[in-house]
Amino acid sequence: MALKLTDYRTPVFVDWCPGCGDFGILSAVQMALVDLQLPPSGVVIFSGIGCHAKLPHFVNAYGVHTLHGRTLPFAVGAKLANPGLEVIAVMGDGDGLGIGAGHFVNTGRRNIDMTVLIHDNGVYGLTKGQASPTLKLGLRTKSLPKPNINEGINPIAIALAAGYTFIARSYAYDVRHLKETIKKGIQHNGLAVVIIQQPCPTYNDINTKEWYGGEDHIDPATGKPVPRLYRLEETGYDGVVHNPEEAFQKYLAALTKAQEWGDKIPMGVFYQNELVPTYQERISQRIPTYLENPPAKQAISDPSGRPVTSIERMLEQLRVTG
Amino acid sequence: MIRDEFVWMAGGPQGSGVDSAANIFARACCYGGLHVYGKREYHSNIKGLHSYFHIRISQKEVAADLDRVDLLCTFDAESVVRHVWEVAPGGGIICDAEALKTRIFDIPTWLRPFTEELRKTLDERGIRPETVGDLLNEVKKNNVRTYAVPYMDLLKEVAAEIGEEKLSRLTRIINVLALGASSGLVDYDKTYVEKAIKAIFGDKPKIISMNLLALGKAYDYARRNFGDFGFKLEPVPTNEKRIFIQGTQAVALGKLVGGCRLQTYYPITPAADESEYLEENEVLELEKSAFESAGGSIIVMQTEDEIAAINMASGAVLTGIRAATATSGPGFSLMVEGLGWAGNNEVPVVVTHYQRGAPSTGLPTRHGQSDLQFALHASHGEFPRIILCSGDIEECFYDAARAFNYAERYQTPVIHLIDKALANSNKSCGVFDPTQVRIERGQLLTEADVKGKEYERFEFTESAVSPRLPLGTPGAVFWNTGDEHDEQGHISEEPGMRTRMYEKRMRKLETADKEIPVQERVNSFGDSDADATIVSWGSPKGAILEAMDRLRQEGYKMSFLQVRMPHPLPKEYIAEVLGKTKKKIVVEGNYGAQLAGIIREQTGIAMDYFVLKWNGRPVSADEVYEALKLIMQEKAPRRQVLTHGT
Repeated sequence: MALKLTDYRTPVFVDWCPGCGDFGILSAVQMALVDLQLPPSGVVIFSGIGCHAKLPHFVNAYGVHTLHGRTLPFAVGAKLANPGLEVIAVMGDGDGLGIGAGHFVNTGRRNIDMTVLIHDNGVYGLTKGQASPTLKLGLRTKSLPKPNINEGINPIAIALAAGYTFIARSYAYDVRHLKETIKKGIQHNGLAVVIIQQPCPTYNDINTKEWYGGEDHIDPATGKPVPRLYRLEETGYDGVVHNPEEAFQKYLAALTKAQEWGDKIPMGVFYQNELVPTYQERISQRIPTYLENPPAKQAISDPSGRPVTSIERMLEQLRVTG
Repeated sequence: MIRDEFVWMAGGPQGSGVDSAANIFARACCYGGLHVYGKREYHSNIKGLHSYFHIRISQKEVAADLDRVDLLCTFDAESVVRHVWEVAPGGGIICDAEALKTRIFDIPTWLRPFTEELRKTLDERGIRPETVGDLLNEVKKNNVRTYAVPYMDLLKEVAAEIGEEKLSRLTRIINVLALGASSGLVDYDKTYVEKAIKAIFGDKPKIISMNLLALGKAYDYARRNFGDFGFKLEPVPTNEKRIFIQGTQAVALGKLVGGCRLQTYYPITPAADESEYLEENEVLELEKSAFESAGGSIIVMQTEDEIAAINMASGAVLTGIRAATATSGPGFSLMVEGLGWAGNNEVPVVVTHYQRGAPSTGLPTRHGQSDLQFALHASHGEFPRIILCSGDIEECFYDAARAFNYAERYQTPVIHLIDKALANSNKSCGVFDPTQVRIERGQLLTEADVKGKEYERFEFTESAVSPRLPLGTPGAVFWNTGDEHDEQGHISEEPGMRTRMYEKRMRKLETADKEIPVQERVNSFGDSDADATIVSWGSPKGAILEAMDRLRQEGYKMSFLQVRMPHPLPKEYIAEVLGKTKKKIVVEGNYGAQLAGIIREQTGIAMDYFVLKWNGRPVSADEVYEALKLIMQEKAPRRQVLTHGT
């Protein structure tokens, strides 16, 4: 029987602020799981700390709500131990790019086959609106006592430099685009990251739904707003690396595109390179039985509790007499 | 042997092959059926600063170091000056013939605290040696003889024979010359040393032949020129099957037998050796007779920091596997938030913590035993944890395996406390017996157990342990959270749920305390009607046992209570033992007598005597003996601070 949207819902009350972008992200995640017909018991959603981090509690799948900034190490540990799991790591911008920035960068080096979603709203919502690492210099969102004195970082450029092999941006209120992007990320063979622009109706009074929609930005010809967000795929941009020769050129193109912000904000797939071996493939080069018999499948004792791991080889190397 | 024990020490600058020379000599002694205990001391430095390796050779198995050196084998002038006073009367010093001319205070690697100490020592002894040669003349009065070896001349001979024009390329084999001279001087059967060289350099035939050549030159030089040393190192052939193993290797092997399938680490001294050894052996053989399986493996992941290390291990454990991380003090400090998450989510993760000199960076390569109270309290809030402390290399193996049993039975983190003295010492011992290890996985469910049922990860049960399910098990889901939570694992801030769930977690420690037999938590040695009882934990075990044996031979009635599980502490048993003894003595490698504090807190019993040490060096059997003897003679202050070691 086909899985339905209701199969991915839990009875837990969704306690985000009315109008929060997280609702759109939650819907898109659930819809992506339905579209891909991934059984709830085969999916593990990890999250950090912050508003985003409650998401796993609202999805009927294994959910691991971890520590501030530490989503990725937990997710990587589970995926390495059981590569059969479909692992989705949900992070906030402060969570994943501030306190957890070291993990964000270093996970990129490993190209583990999993999907990272970053809720990017420019503020620390759950602690009442402090500036997150993505908030641009000089902006003063509602609860900041002074304008932001730091530059905002560029998560797409960082992801590229760190080695993510699928890098996309989408928008919390464009649920269909977001769902399709998440699906592409899940289907990507390697480490995928989707940066999700997300208004925070309570604390970010600058990058609002209206701002993303360009309502301050009326086209004189039509009298209609010109949305800031536009779709890369509609401009003929192709971020997919089809052969090794074009990898660097595509990397540069993505890095260039990643600089666009302000009146024009691209969304869609910036870069995708499935020619890079995944971590699982790299381990399999060293441990040929890894995929067939990963840690989670290995027996460690017989039914009587006798260990079945032989250390004879090591003891023989250490042997000095007898 | 003339004496039943012989202590050899190799000293030289780091990077000059002190370790490999010592390993070769130790293995050579082992091949001859002798027992060996090796202790490695080194600076936090890669090249140039002083390091040394003590090798205690005995006819019986030994697990502690002595203060004296019988033969000091030096590669450079500094090693002579640093260790000259440790050489026992009748002993000898092998040194570079050219080092004799070196002016003592011109040695460039001295740091101020050492030269100040040295001037003081010379003043106290009323001597004014200018050069290393002068100094060696002074110790002749103590019947310590000097054996100067012309390293450069011998190197030139080697160079000529192998056709090497650049002598600088050969200076790295000075260690083998020193080793050869040592072996020749004590007239040890050269074939054992040759066998050890072949074993150490395994697959490098060119290096082997060069080293064998150098060994032979120096060996013959010593036999020809040095005459009778007055001691011959005699092999004691044996059929007993023995291994020669380092502490970190013992832990690694224990983890493998115990079923560890993922290990995370961030590079840190002295823990990293364990993870590197595991990675070398990542492909595992599983017994096919017991299970149809494709072969096993352990994934060893070098993470970006220790925060990632513990959390990655916890993530792996959630899939139902056994996983661990290994670190030292600074790394464990970073892990504490993750430890709390594991406690709150009842995750059976194992942390192997190799203590070193602390706080902060402390003494990165030196010994310390000051993290017991930290392990007990690490992370904010209250949650159960189990702490295991190994006292010797064999215990490191068996404890590393059983740590997982405790973790899984009580679904809570286990901290396995080891220390630098154990990590970096080597010893010969009987082959470990994996059949002594039993694997107990606690309540771990499978798909069949949950089929058609509503699964709740944190179900309230009588024992307070809730059956665990691996992530990804078909037919079920559950949630984890660092927040307080309900039975399903969803966030709950309700006071009623909070009270019950908190209590459920804490109660597991009481269950563990009731269930784990006292024999697994303490070792008792010595007289049952002892006048004095020593209490200790960790690496001092070997030195204490040896010191106690000497004192018992002198007629003192003594016992030793080694605490292997300081938490949960087997308090009734400890109170009973301590209640019967007249003198209660604690021996620990820290300032605050941390174990004594825990015992006092939990039993109300205070120690009478404190024997403490924090100079970065392990306790020696000799200094423990001296301190205990003063106590038995009623001559000791309540608190004695040990200071031996260089």
